[in-house]
Amino acid sequence: MTDLLLRFLFGGIIISAFAALGDIFRPKSFAGLFGAAPSLALATLGLTIAHSGRTYAAIEARSMILGAIAFFVYASAASFVLMRYKPPAVAVTFALLPVWLGTAVALWAILLK
Amino acid sequence: MKIEADLSALKTVKPHEYAVRFFFGGLVTVLAGLIAKHYGPVVGGLFLAFPAIFPASATLIEKHEKQKKQRAGLDGTRRGREAASVDAAGASLGAIGLIAFAVILWRYLPSPPAWLVLVIGAIAWLALSILLWVLRKLF
Repeated sequence: MTDLLLRFLFGGIIISAFAALGDIFRPKSFAGLFGAAPSLALATLGLTIAHSGRTYAAIEARSMILGAIAFFVYASAASFVLMRYKPPAVAVTFALLPVWLGTAVALWAILLK
Repeated sequence: MKIEADLSALKTVKPHEYAVRFFFGGLVTVLAGLIAKHYGPVVGGLFLAFPAIFPASATLIEKHEKQKKQRAGLDGTRRGREAASVDAAGASLGAIGLIAFAVILWRYLPSPPAWLVLVIGAIAWLALSILLWVLRKLF
């Protein structure tokens, strides 16, 4: 329970901090870089290393490469759809989350399973 | 194009918007931990690159850009969505930096000290992301 609470606090603080960095920078294309900051990994890997060791964390990092490729596909698709069809950002960014999941799972099934 | 930092932009974000970011950030981190615990590090690691805050950030950018145009007497809907698209394009470059971050952690994390590997990985993410952004602006 303490571990989950710590994860919640670290995750909330670090992810909010990177989001705030995205708020202060201009132009927006530069600020967008912070939308793909390694905030979740930084929030969680310290605890993972402490509890499960470096080798376990390195295995997670290897899978993270595939998750990051999926993020690239997802963000590129979101940018294209928003610019081409101009629907509300909330609809696009949530509706396309299965693209991230599908790409990540497909890469995992092909390369790591 | 010149990069600028405007701290006053932090005041345009409302307290409840900060609270939503904190809550979702914490929630996604907990869920990523639970997935890793249940399915192991190979599956759990995928979720370290989950777009945790991107949907909320893009939505907020659209909203703020729209409000800015509306204060100038314009509709702003179209401009807001274009701004969200530009933000997403930036995130796609940041995601390439995220791949570099993960590769560095995968290759070097087993060797101590771990904190140094995390710092070098974060610097590599930032440096590569900025380099790609500059190259995109130039070409």
